[in-house]
Amino acid sequence: MVEFTLPKNSRITIGKTWPKPAGAKNIRTFRIYRFDPDSGANPRLDTYFVDMDDCGPMILDALIKIKNEVDPTLTFRRSCREGICGSCAMNIDGINTLACIYGMDEIKGDVKIYPLPHMPVVKDLIPDLTHFYAQHASIMPWLETRTNRPAAEWRQSIEDRKKLDGLYECVMCASCSTSCPSYWWNSDRYLGPAALLHAYRWIIDSRDEATGERLDQLEDPFRLYRCHTIMNCTRTCPKGLNPAKAIAEIKKLMVERRV
Amino acid sequence: MAYKTDYKAVAGLGSAKDGTGHFISQRLTAIALVPLALCFLYPFMRALGSGHEAVLETYRHPFNALIAVGFLIVGFRHLRLGLQVVIEDYIHAERPRMICMILNALTWRGLAIAGAFAVAKIALGA
Repeated sequence: MVEFTLPKNSRITIGKTWPKPAGAKNIRTFRIYRFDPDSGANPRLDTYFVDMDDCGPMILDALIKIKNEVDPTLTFRRSCREGICGSCAMNIDGINTLACIYGMDEIKGDVKIYPLPHMPVVKDLIPDLTHFYAQHASIMPWLETRTNRPAAEWRQSIEDRKKLDGLYECVMCASCSTSCPSYWWNSDRYLGPAALLHAYRWIIDSRDEATGERLDQLEDPFRLYRCHTIMNCTRTCPKGLNPAKAIAEIKKLMVERRV
Repeated sequence: MAYKTDYKAVAGLGSAKDGTGHFISQRLTAIALVPLALCFLYPFMRALGSGHEAVLETYRHPFNALIAVGFLIVGFRHLRLGLQVVIEDYIHAERPRMICMILNALTWRGLAIAGAFAVAKIALGA
Protein backbone atom coordinates (compact mmCIF):
# COMPACT_ATOMS: atom_id res chain seq x y z
CA MET A 1 0.00 0.00 0.00
CA VAL A 2 0.89 3.59 -0.37
CA GLU A 3 2.69 5.03 2.67
CA PHE A 4 0.84 8.02 4.03
CA THR A 5 3.21 8.56 6.93
CA LEU A 6 6.97 8.80 6.99
CA PRO A 7 8.89 5.65 7.94
CA LYS A 8 10.24 5.74 11.52
CA ASN A 9 13.79 6.54 10.47
CA SER A 10 12.62 9.43 8.29
CA ARG A 11 10.62 11.30 10.94
CA ILE A 12 11.98 14.77 11.42
CA THR A 13 13.21 15.81 14.86
CA ILE A 14 13.97 19.26 16.26
CA GLY A 15 17.56 20.15 15.47
CA LYS A 16 20.12 22.68 16.51
CA THR A 17 19.44 26.40 16.78
CA TRP A 18 22.48 28.29 15.53
CA PRO A 19 23.51 31.62 17.06
CA LYS A 20 22.12 34.90 15.74
CA PRO A 21 24.54 37.17 13.88
CA ALA A 22 25.94 39.78 16.24
CA GLY A 23 24.70 43.34 15.78
CA ALA A 24 22.23 42.46 13.03
CA LYS A 25 18.97 44.44 12.93
CA ASN A 26 17.13 42.79 10.07
CA ILE A 27 17.16 39.08 10.88
CA ARG A 28 15.31 36.31 9.04
CA THR A 29 14.80 32.81 10.42
CA PHE A 30 15.54 29.77 8.26
CA ARG A 31 14.41 26.30 9.22
CA ILE A 32 16.34 23.82 7.15
CA TYR A 33 16.10 20.03 6.83
CA ARG A 34 19.31 18.28 7.80
CA PHE A 35 20.12 14.63 7.26
CA ASP A 36 23.46 12.90 7.52
CA PRO A 37 23.32 9.25 6.43
CA ASP A 38 26.63 8.52 8.19
CA SER A 39 25.32 9.52 11.61
CA GLY A 40 22.48 7.00 11.65
CA ALA A 41 20.28 9.65 13.31
CA ASN A 42 16.87 10.76 12.12
CA PRO A 43 16.64 13.90 10.01
CA ARG A 44 16.31 17.14 11.96
CA LEU A 45 15.23 20.71 11.37
CA ASP A 46 17.99 23.19 12.14
CA THR A 47 17.28 26.87 12.75
CA TYR A 48 19.54 29.52 11.31
CA PHE A 49 19.39 33.31 11.47
CA VAL A 50 20.55 35.45 8.56
CA ASP A 51 21.23 39.17 8.55
CA MET A 52 19.12 40.33 5.60
CA ASP A 53 20.99 43.65 5.38
CA ASP A 54 24.09 41.66 4.43
CA CYS A 55 22.58 39.04 2.11
CA GLY A 56 21.45 38.78 -1.53
CA PRO A 57 17.73 38.67 -2.32
CA MET A 58 17.36 35.03 -3.33
CA ILE A 59 16.98 31.90 -1.19
CA LEU A 60 20.21 30.53 -2.64
CA ASP A 61 22.05 33.67 -1.47
CA ALA A 62 20.97 32.91 2.09
CA LEU A 63 21.93 29.23 1.80
CA ILE A 64 25.39 30.14 0.51
CA LYS A 65 25.76 32.71 3.28
CA ILE A 66 24.82 30.12 5.91
CA LYS A 67 27.27 27.61 4.44
CA ASN A 68 30.07 30.20 4.22
CA GLU A 69 29.59 31.94 7.54
CA VAL A 70 27.58 29.77 9.92
CA ASP A 71 27.62 26.06 9.15
CA PRO A 72 29.94 24.65 6.46
CA THR A 73 28.37 21.20 6.80
CA LEU A 74 25.06 22.34 5.28
CA THR A 75 24.90 20.47 1.97
CA PHE A 76 23.03 21.44 -1.17
CA ARG A 77 23.51 21.45 -4.95
CA ARG A 78 23.97 24.71 -6.81
CA SER A 79 25.80 25.87 -9.87
CA CYS A 80 24.61 28.57 -12.25
CA ARG A 81 22.62 30.71 -9.74
CA GLU A 82 20.35 31.91 -12.56
CA GLY A 83 17.75 29.19 -13.20
CA ILE A 84 19.53 27.47 -16.07
CA CYS A 85 21.26 24.45 -14.57
CA GLY A 86 18.38 23.15 -12.42
CA SER A 87 20.73 22.04 -9.63
CA CYS A 88 19.29 23.93 -6.67
CA ALA A 89 15.74 22.54 -6.86
CA MET A 90 14.31 22.10 -3.36
CA ASN A 91 11.08 22.48 -1.43
CA ILE A 92 10.93 26.08 -0.25
CA ASP A 93 7.95 27.30 1.77
CA GLY A 94 5.99 24.25 0.59
CA ILE A 95 6.74 24.71 -3.10
CA ASN A 96 9.22 22.83 -5.25
CA THR A 97 11.30 25.46 -6.96
CA LEU A 98 14.80 26.67 -7.72
CA ALA A 99 16.46 28.40 -4.77
CA CYS A 100 18.41 30.69 -7.10
CA ILE A 101 15.38 32.33 -8.68
CA TYR A 102 13.00 32.27 -5.71
CA GLY A 103 13.02 35.60 -3.92
CA MET A 104 13.03 35.87 -0.16
CA ASP A 105 10.33 38.56 -0.49
CA GLU A 106 7.91 35.93 -1.84
CA ILE A 107 7.80 34.25 1.58
CA LYS A 108 6.03 35.47 4.70
CA GLY A 109 7.44 34.47 8.08
CA ASP A 110 10.13 31.86 8.61
CA VAL A 111 11.70 30.27 5.55
CA LYS A 112 11.27 26.51 5.62
CA ILE A 113 13.49 24.50 3.30
CA TYR A 114 13.31 20.76 2.64
CA PRO A 115 14.73 18.54 -0.10
CA LEU A 116 12.45 17.64 -3.03
CA PRO A 117 9.65 15.47 -1.64
CA HIS A 118 9.40 11.69 -1.72
CA MET A 119 12.91 11.06 -3.01
CA PRO A 120 15.72 9.21 -1.26
CA VAL A 121 17.93 11.82 0.44
CA VAL A 122 21.66 11.63 -0.13
CA LYS A 123 22.43 14.37 2.40
CA ASP A 124 20.60 17.46 3.69
CA LEU A 125 18.97 19.12 0.67
CA ILE A 126 20.34 16.70 -1.93
CA PRO A 127 17.90 14.10 -3.27
CA ASP A 128 19.02 11.03 -5.16
CA LEU A 129 17.95 11.68 -8.77
CA THR A 130 19.46 8.53 -10.30
CA HIS A 131 16.08 6.99 -11.16
CA PHE A 132 14.76 10.32 -12.42
CA TYR A 133 17.69 10.67 -14.84
CA ALA A 134 17.32 7.06 -16.01
CA GLN A 135 13.66 7.77 -16.78
CA HIS A 136 14.74 10.73 -18.87
CA ALA A 137 17.26 8.53 -20.72
CA SER A 138 14.52 5.94 -21.38
CA ILE A 139 12.45 8.30 -23.54
CA MET A 140 15.33 8.62 -26.05
CA PRO A 141 16.02 12.34 -25.54
CA TRP A 142 17.66 12.84 -28.88
CA LEU A 143 16.71 13.25 -32.54
CA GLU A 144 16.01 9.79 -33.93
CA THR A 145 16.08 9.43 -37.71
CA ARG A 146 15.64 6.54 -40.13
CA THR A 147 16.47 8.42 -43.33
CA ASN A 148 20.11 9.08 -44.11
CA ARG A 149 19.39 12.09 -46.30
CA PRO A 150 19.97 14.97 -46.15
CA ALA A 151 23.47 14.12 -45.04
CA ALA A 152 23.99 17.63 -43.71
CA GLU A 153 21.65 20.02 -41.95
CA TRP A 154 18.03 18.95 -41.33
CA ARG A 155 15.91 22.01 -41.84
CA GLN A 156 12.87 22.98 -39.83
CA SER A 157 10.23 25.57 -40.64
CA ILE A 158 9.67 28.49 -38.30
CA GLU A 159 6.18 27.14 -37.51
CA ASP A 160 7.54 23.69 -36.64
CA ARG A 161 10.27 25.19 -34.50
CA LYS A 162 7.65 27.16 -32.60
CA LYS A 163 6.04 23.89 -31.49
CA LEU A 164 9.11 23.24 -29.34
CA ASP A 165 8.69 26.47 -27.39
CA GLY A 166 7.57 25.79 -23.86
CA LEU A 167 9.22 22.36 -24.01
CA TYR A 168 12.89 22.79 -24.83
CA GLU A 169 13.35 25.19 -21.89
CA CYS A 170 13.01 22.39 -19.31
CA VAL A 171 16.18 22.18 -17.21
CA MET A 172 15.38 18.81 -15.61
CA CYS A 173 15.34 20.19 -12.08
CA ALA A 174 12.79 17.52 -11.03
CA SER A 175 10.53 20.05 -9.28
CA CYS A 176 7.51 18.89 -11.30
CA SER A 177 7.96 15.15 -10.99
CA THR A 178 8.56 15.33 -7.24
CA SER A 179 5.44 17.49 -6.78
CA CYS A 180 3.23 14.88 -8.43
CA PRO A 181 1.32 12.49 -6.11
CA SER A 182 1.14 9.92 -8.90
CA TYR A 183 4.92 10.07 -9.11
CA TRP A 184 5.20 9.74 -5.33
CA TRP A 185 3.11 6.57 -5.31
CA ASN A 186 4.32 4.96 -8.55
CA SER A 187 7.64 6.47 -9.61
CA ASP A 188 9.03 2.99 -10.23
CA ARG A 189 6.75 2.69 -13.28
CA TYR A 190 5.26 6.12 -13.97
CA LEU A 191 7.68 8.27 -15.95
CA GLY A 192 6.56 11.52 -14.36
CA PRO A 193 5.90 14.95 -15.85
CA ALA A 194 9.52 15.89 -16.61
CA ALA A 195 10.32 12.77 -18.64
CA LEU A 196 6.94 12.96 -20.40
CA LEU A 197 7.42 16.62 -21.29
CA HIS A 198 10.76 15.68 -22.84
CA ALA A 199 9.13 12.73 -24.61
CA TYR A 200 6.57 15.10 -26.15
CA ARG A 201 9.33 17.51 -27.14
CA TRP A 202 10.79 14.78 -29.40
CA ILE A 203 7.42 13.39 -30.51
CA ILE A 204 6.40 16.70 -32.06
CA ASP A 205 9.81 17.56 -33.47
CA SER A 206 9.19 17.76 -37.25
CA ARG A 207 12.61 16.18 -37.93
CA ASP A 208 12.18 13.15 -35.68
CA GLU A 209 11.26 9.93 -37.51
CA ALA A 210 10.56 7.68 -34.54
CA THR A 211 7.19 9.15 -33.53
CA GLY A 212 5.34 5.82 -33.62
CA GLU A 213 8.03 4.01 -31.65
CA ARG A 214 8.06 6.78 -29.09
CA LEU A 215 4.29 6.50 -28.67
CA ASP A 216 4.58 2.70 -28.49
CA GLN A 217 7.07 3.01 -25.65
CA LEU A 218 4.76 5.34 -23.72
CA GLU A 219 1.50 3.46 -24.26
CA ASP A 220 1.25 1.86 -20.87
CA PRO A 221 -1.16 2.12 -17.91
CA PHE A 222 1.73 3.26 -15.73
CA ARG A 223 4.33 5.00 -17.89
CA LEU A 224 1.84 7.55 -19.27
CA TYR A 225 -1.62 6.95 -17.89
CA ARG A 226 -0.73 7.40 -14.22
CA CYS A 227 -1.10 11.11 -14.98
CA HIS A 228 -4.49 12.10 -13.58
CA THR A 229 -4.22 15.77 -14.56
CA ILE A 230 -3.54 16.83 -10.97
CA MET A 231 -1.59 19.80 -12.40
CA ASN A 232 0.88 20.16 -9.49
CA CYS A 233 3.61 19.92 -12.14
CA THR A 234 2.42 22.99 -14.00
CA ARG A 235 1.78 24.91 -10.82
CA THR A 236 5.24 24.32 -9.42
CA CYS A 237 7.45 24.55 -12.53
CA PRO A 238 10.03 27.26 -11.76
CA LYS A 239 10.48 27.85 -15.49
CA GLY A 240 6.76 28.47 -16.04
CA LEU A 241 6.34 25.46 -18.34
CA ASN A 242 3.24 23.29 -18.65
CA PRO A 243 4.11 19.57 -18.40
CA ALA A 244 0.43 18.68 -17.82
CA LYS A 245 -0.45 20.06 -21.24
CA ALA A 246 2.40 18.15 -22.88
CA ILE A 247 1.11 14.93 -21.28
CA ALA A 248 -2.43 15.72 -22.45
CA GLU A 249 -1.08 16.23 -25.98
CA ILE A 250 0.59 12.81 -25.86
CA LYS A 251 -2.73 11.27 -24.77
CA LYS A 252 -4.48 13.02 -27.66
CA LEU A 253 -1.96 11.53 -30.10
CA MET A 254 -2.56 8.08 -28.56
CA VAL A 255 -6.27 8.46 -29.28
CA GLU A 256 -5.67 9.99 -32.70
CA ARG A 257 -3.70 7.02 -33.95
CA ARG A 258 -6.53 4.69 -32.95
CA VAL A 259 -9.56 6.41 -34.39
CA MET B 1 21.65 -6.55 -3.55
CA ALA B 2 20.53 -6.53 -7.18
CA TYR B 3 23.18 -5.57 -9.68
CA LYS B 4 20.77 -3.92 -12.09
CA THR B 5 21.51 -0.81 -14.06
CA ASP B 6 19.28 2.21 -13.47
CA TYR B 7 18.14 1.99 -17.06
CA LYS B 8 17.03 -1.62 -16.64
CA ALA B 9 15.02 -0.68 -13.55
CA VAL B 10 13.18 1.97 -15.55
CA ALA B 11 12.68 -0.27 -18.60
CA GLY B 12 11.11 -2.97 -16.42
CA LEU B 13 9.10 -5.42 -18.49
CA GLY B 14 8.64 -2.89 -21.28
CA SER B 15 5.54 -1.06 -22.38
CA ALA B 16 2.23 -2.88 -21.99
CA LYS B 17 1.08 -1.28 -25.30
CA ASP B 18 -2.21 -0.73 -23.55
CA GLY B 19 -4.06 1.93 -21.61
CA THR B 20 -5.50 4.03 -24.42
CA GLY B 21 -8.57 1.78 -24.63
CA HIS B 22 -9.17 2.34 -20.93
CA PHE B 23 -8.61 6.09 -21.35
CA ILE B 24 -11.12 6.33 -24.22
CA SER B 25 -13.66 4.06 -22.54
CA GLN B 26 -13.57 6.01 -19.29
CA ARG B 27 -14.32 9.26 -21.10
CA LEU B 28 -17.00 7.79 -23.38
CA THR B 29 -18.83 6.19 -20.43
CA ALA B 30 -18.57 9.49 -18.52
CA ILE B 31 -20.19 11.38 -21.41
CA ALA B 32 -22.85 8.70 -21.88
CA LEU B 33 -23.67 8.78 -18.17
CA VAL B 34 -24.78 12.42 -18.28
CA PRO B 35 -27.98 11.83 -20.32
CA LEU B 36 -28.39 8.27 -19.01
CA ALA B 37 -28.25 9.34 -15.36
CA LEU B 38 -30.71 12.19 -15.96
CA CYS B 39 -33.16 9.96 -17.86
CA PHE B 40 -32.75 7.21 -15.27
CA LEU B 41 -33.12 9.35 -12.16
CA TYR B 42 -36.29 11.20 -13.20
CA PRO B 43 -38.63 8.13 -13.39
CA PHE B 44 -36.68 6.42 -10.61
CA MET B 45 -37.23 9.28 -8.15
CA ARG B 46 -40.89 9.51 -9.16
CA ALA B 47 -41.41 5.78 -8.60
CA LEU B 48 -39.45 5.79 -5.35
CA GLY B 49 -41.76 5.46 -2.36
CA SER B 50 -44.91 5.12 -4.42
CA GLY B 51 -45.43 1.42 -3.92
CA HIS B 52 -44.48 -1.86 -5.55
CA GLU B 53 -47.02 -1.69 -8.36
CA ALA B 54 -45.98 1.83 -9.36
CA VAL B 55 -42.34 0.75 -9.64
CA LEU B 56 -43.32 -2.24 -11.79
CA GLU B 57 -45.46 0.05 -13.94
CA THR B 58 -42.55 2.47 -14.44
CA TYR B 59 -40.18 -0.21 -15.65
CA ARG B 60 -42.73 -1.94 -17.85
CA HIS B 61 -42.42 1.11 -20.06
CA PRO B 62 -39.82 0.18 -22.72
CA PHE B 63 -38.08 3.59 -22.65
CA ASN B 64 -37.61 3.53 -18.88
CA ALA B 65 -36.47 -0.09 -18.99
CA LEU B 66 -33.96 0.54 -21.78
CA ILE B 67 -32.57 3.59 -20.03
CA ALA B 68 -32.29 1.66 -16.75
CA VAL B 69 -30.43 -1.21 -18.44
CA GLY B 70 -28.15 1.27 -20.23
CA PHE B 71 -27.51 3.16 -17.01
CA LEU B 72 -26.64 -0.02 -15.11
CA ILE B 73 -24.30 -1.39 -17.77
CA VAL B 74 -22.54 1.90 -18.53
CA GLY B 75 -22.53 3.00 -14.88
CA PHE B 76 -20.97 -0.21 -13.60
CA ARG B 77 -18.43 -0.16 -16.43
CA HIS B 78 -17.45 3.39 -15.51
CA LEU B 79 -17.21 2.38 -11.87
CA ARG B 80 -14.98 -0.57 -12.75
CA LEU B 81 -12.67 1.59 -14.87
CA GLY B 82 -12.42 4.20 -12.12
CA LEU B 83 -11.77 1.71 -9.35
CA GLN B 84 -9.13 0.03 -11.50
CA VAL B 85 -7.23 3.32 -11.51
CA VAL B 86 -7.55 3.63 -7.73
CA ILE B 87 -6.24 0.07 -7.26
CA GLU B 88 -3.32 0.68 -9.62
CA ASP B 89 -2.52 3.94 -7.85
CA TYR B 90 -2.58 2.77 -4.26
CA ILE B 91 -2.13 -1.00 -3.99
CA HIS B 92 1.43 -1.94 -4.80
CA ALA B 93 1.99 -5.45 -3.45
CA GLU B 94 1.55 -7.81 -6.37
CA ARG B 95 -0.76 -10.42 -4.86
CA PRO B 96 -3.26 -8.04 -3.19
CA ARG B 97 -3.32 -5.99 -6.37
CA MET B 98 -4.05 -9.03 -8.52
CA ILE B 99 -6.86 -10.10 -6.17
CA CYS B 100 -8.38 -6.60 -6.17
CA MET B 101 -8.12 -6.35 -9.96
CA ILE B 102 -9.88 -9.71 -10.42
CA LEU B 103 -12.61 -8.85 -7.90
CA ASN B 104 -13.02 -5.47 -9.55
CA ALA B 105 -13.33 -7.03 -12.99
CA LEU B 106 -15.89 -9.62 -11.91
CA THR B 107 -18.01 -7.89 -9.25
CA TRP B 108 -19.25 -4.97 -11.28
CA ARG B 109 -19.85 -7.06 -14.39
CA GLY B 110 -21.85 -9.46 -12.25
CA LEU B 111 -23.91 -6.66 -10.73
CA ALA B 112 -24.51 -5.10 -14.14
CA ILE B 113 -25.78 -8.42 -15.50
CA ALA B 114 -27.96 -9.00 -12.42
CA GLY B 115 -29.38 -5.47 -12.62
CA ALA B 116 -30.08 -5.72 -16.34
CA PHE B 117 -31.76 -9.10 -15.80
CA ALA B 118 -33.96 -7.68 -13.02
CA VAL B 119 -35.10 -4.76 -15.18
CA ALA B 120 -35.67 -7.08 -18.18
CA LYS B 121 -37.74 -9.38 -16.00
CA ILE B 122 -40.02 -6.50 -15.00
CA ALA B 123 -40.16 -5.03 -18.51
CA LEU B 124 -40.99 -8.33 -20.16
CA GLY B 125 -43.37 -9.27 -17.38
CA ALA B 126 -41.82 -12.69 -16.96
